[in-house]
Amino acid sequence: MTPVDLEPVIGLEIHVQLLTRTKMFCSCALSFGEPPNTRTCPVCLGLPGSLPVVNERSIHLGLMIGMALGSELAPRSIFHRKNYFYPDLPKGYQISQYDEPLCLGGDLDGVRIHRVHLEEDAAKLTHAGSTGRIQGSSRSVVDFNRGGTPLAEIVTEPDIRTAEQASDWLKLLRATLRRLGVSNVNMDEGSLRCDANISVRPVGTTTLGTKTELKNMNSFRFIERGINAEIARQREVIESGGKIVQETLHFDPATDRITSLRSKEEAHDYRYFPDPDLIPVAITPRMLDDARAAMPELPAARAARFEAGLGLTADTAHQLAFRGELGDYFEAGLVHTGHAQQLAIWVTGELVRHLGDADPASSPLQPAGLAALVDLIAAGRVTRTAAKDVLAELVLKGGDPVAVIAALGVGAIDDSDQLAGIVATVVDANPDAAEKIRAGNRKAIGAIIGQVMRETKGRADGSEITRLVLDRLGVGD
Amino acid sequence: MTADSRDVTRLSALEASRQVGTGELDPTDLFDAYRGRAAVDDLNAFTWVADGPPAPVAGTPLGGVPLGVKDLFCTQSVPSQAGSRILEGYRPPYTATVVDRLAAAGAPLLGKTNQDEFAMGSSNENSAFGPVLNPWDHGRVPGGSSGGSAAAVAAGLVPWALGTDTGGSIRQPAALCGIVGLKPTYGAVSRYGMIAFASSLDQAGPFARDVTDTALLFRHMVGDRDCCDSTSVDYPTRIDLPTARRLDGIRLGVPAELAGDGIEPGVLAAFEDTLDLARSLGATVAACRLPHAPHALSAYYVIAPAECSSNLARFDGVRFGMRAPESTDLISMYTQTRHDGFGPEVKRRIMLGTYALSSGYYDAYYGRAQRVRTKISDDFRAVFDDFDFVVTPTSPTVAFELGAKTGDPLSMYLNDFCTVPMSLAGIPAISIPNGLARPPAGGDELPTGFQIAGPAFSENRILAAAHALEQELGFDSTRVRP
Amino acid sequence: MIDRADVLHVARLARLDLTEAEVTQMTGELAKVLDHIARIGELDLDGVPPTSHVVDLGNALRPDVPRPSLDPEVALASAPAVADGGFAVPSPQA
Ligand SMILES: [Mg+2]
Ligand SMILES: [Zn+2]
Repeated sequence: MTPVDLEPVIGLEIHVQLLTRTKMFCSCALSFGEPPNTRTCPVCLGLPGSLPVVNERSIHLGLMIGMALGSELAPRSIFHRKNYFYPDLPKGYQISQYDEPLCLGGDLDGVRIHRVHLEEDAAKLTHAGSTGRIQGSSRSVVDFNRGGTPLAEIVTEPDIRTAEQASDWLKLLRATLRRLGVSNVNMDEGSLRCDANISVRPVGTTTLGTKTELKNMNSFRFIERGINAEIARQREVIESGGKIVQETLHFDPATDRITSLRSKEEAHDYRYFPDPDLIPVAITPRMLDDARAAMPELPAARAARFEAGLGLTADTAHQLAFRGELGDYFEAGLVHTGHAQQLAIWVTGELVRHLGDADPASSPLQPAGLAALVDLIAAGRVTRTAAKDVLAELVLKGGDPVAVIAALGVGAIDDSDQLAGIVATVVDANPDAAEKIRAGNRKAIGAIIGQVMRETKGRADGSEITRLVLDRLGVGD
Repeated sequence: MTADSRDVTRLSALEASRQVGTGELDPTDLFDAYRGRAAVDDLNAFTWVADGPPAPVAGTPLGGVPLGVKDLFCTQSVPSQAGSRILEGYRPPYTATVVDRLAAAGAPLLGKTNQDEFAMGSSNENSAFGPVLNPWDHGRVPGGSSGGSAAAVAAGLVPWALGTDTGGSIRQPAALCGIVGLKPTYGAVSRYGMIAFASSLDQAGPFARDVTDTALLFRHMVGDRDCCDSTSVDYPTRIDLPTARRLDGIRLGVPAELAGDGIEPGVLAAFEDTLDLARSLGATVAACRLPHAPHALSAYYVIAPAECSSNLARFDGVRFGMRAPESTDLISMYTQTRHDGFGPEVKRRIMLGTYALSSGYYDAYYGRAQRVRTKISDDFRAVFDDFDFVVTPTSPTVAFELGAKTGDPLSMYLNDFCTVPMSLAGIPAISIPNGLARPPAGGDELPTGFQIAGPAFSENRILAAAHALEQELGFDSTRVRP
Repeated sequence: MIDRADVLHVARLARLDLTEAEVTQMTGELAKVLDHIARIGELDLDGVPPTSHVVDLGNALRPDVPRPSLDPEVALASAPAVADGGFAVPSPQA
């Protein structure tokens, strides 16, 4: 077989735990690390005779997701039963949506959305008597606390072409969902889970190749590595004349190995049918109004507004918009200063350097304080260099920037005579440099400025020093 | 020994509750009198009987008249086994809404009644706890699946009881035991806590010795919708105690599809006699058409098994019920547990339903059956434009002999043809005792039933018509008592 | 028409162990019932909508308000096997 260029085709299936108070079909509170089986009832244990009732908040959050993704919101949607046996599935079926989901279609940043539907989460199955890996343990234990947690499943069209694009897009989705407040979207805790459908095809063709479904990629890094590993595997199979088999695969981040997940015996036939215990959900105008009213500005729109309206660079605008808490901090500060670009640079630069991933809202340095500092810099009251020390102090202890500047003694030297004296001393001590400057070599001025800065501990403004040096040497500007 | 020297179990439930209200009757004595009878039950009608009377609650509308409850209703800490080995000894942590409502209204639990396993059957021979015997003839079946409730009421072991009806499981045993049984409008009674057979068809309903007691019990089963059952509805009216003695202006429709071929001659003769009686009470009787009724059984035997195959998936040996002891790996835990725990009829229906839903067959079976269901509803709607009620014999036969049909599932299924159409349409129907008829092969006369079906939520009108006929028929429902 | 292989396949889907005799008997019984049921194939049902709910109902949604859960002892009380506060099962991959 002659080698052809193979292009990856990737679609994502994302499960998001919704941030309701109670489960999807019963009134048990959601569980966040409680002891096993303390959040169960006849419904979520699947006891005989129990019946599900839809949590109205899950519909509300589902509609918000649909609105954020530009989906068509179905006026009527239906819950189906997906039948299969597994110990983490108490009823022997999962209540999910099938051919009439809550949301259809949509788009996020050029990746088309196929559908968004609601379903219930499975329980937690722990494999006892081993290191926790599935292989080799003989007994498993089920904890139904998580069982029945509401999930939104978001399915994309196969519009993604690289692992990096998949990871970037998922970050945008996560930022969007976090902004909506519909989920904690935390991959470590499993409130955001991503599977990828992957196939390859000759470049230039449009028919889809046989796809595999890759599971268990529980971090952005693993998603990239997993998808890349599977693309490589598929290329190898095809290039050596083999055929891709449609199967579910498991990515082991420890070894970067891909293994088949289902045993051969497992025949898939979910026997979907409308759950007769539930009635169709009819979306009322009131439900739509409520969802619309709850919609915040989404990251993509916010970034565009920052860029176009405030003149921020695309990069800074994205940083602020995709970490919504930074954007919020920035906008809170913007109330107090007109220097939007400078404020944005200080938030995404120095502030983030100190706080890392922590929410700036809980920093002792309040947005108004940072805005005041930016104003002081602009007014020449403190130099950029000195302001970094001031910010470090404010992030640690809070307080008034003016007072901190005074306490640290780093206020800009605004006494021209004092600065002129220092400049005179430095110029006189560097006759060689002075001569070069007089001869027209303006670069030589750098050495003088540097020394004046050292003498003033960064409290002097560079352009003021230049002016004074030229003045001293009688050279016109 | 009761303080009351009268036989208080001969009182109607209405009269007993009235006497409790006036202080003439001590509810504890009443409970004990029935408990004594239920405890020596030789019909195998009960699978559990209360140890003693509950603490009396003053001022309840039903006054403490004890209740028999089909085993598939969950009752907290009391065995709820649905006639199945797989639930042997199972005591749920909660009580079904309707049982709770009736207890609060003053109908405390006397005992749990035997049934066909998971309500699948028409003879009560499919119980893991043995068949129930018909009080009229211990060699015959009481009907099913609510056979224990029907036999217990007929034999005076309990004044009234709860059953469930999916395709006839209240009406047919009521007919075969000579008592009254009502299948309500789908959604009228909460299904929460009722171990499901076929969710879109199952309805709980009352059994009693007469129409008035049936109405009284039903009154307290309905009301505000149950927020734990998405398919339950607010009942639009209060249920009246019927007083009608005439049928003036009432138009009865007799569908040829359900009241001709396949009905035993004795049953048909009794049915026609009652039509004459109805005319004499002022009713008009005319033929009507339910053109899709001949396909009802086929649709039913797709829909009910399909739903049951899914509803019974939760019996997996993980959270409750039995687990096959030899299961060492997961697959055999499932397959062995379900092999050992389910009886043959349940297995048959799980297989049938799984097949009907499986890939490639859904449209041909489940999809088509749901469309037939639409046609059957349309048929009834059209008939009710011209008629107040559809009337038929409840069961095509009188009680048959134990074992007569166990070898032939299809012939057992065909027995439900008069009752299944109403179930598919979700409309209410009652069966009242319609006198006696001789079995085709000879022998003693046995009860037959007269079925009256009406549009959704027409229970008050059905009960009124049933009451008028009952008064004229004058059937003595206490005559088979031991 | 349903055959042995179908019965075995369906039994696997339904997680039902069937003995040899049961497979044979089941095949015969199901064939007979399915033959009867197949009559609905004769009906002209074009354009007829399916009925999954007989009573027309509005939305039946539940407010997102927590209610007490079962005590774990109660939740586990009927379990055939319990370990580490959970329901014990043979491992799926054992
Ligand atoms: Mg899913
Ligand atoms: Zn729960």
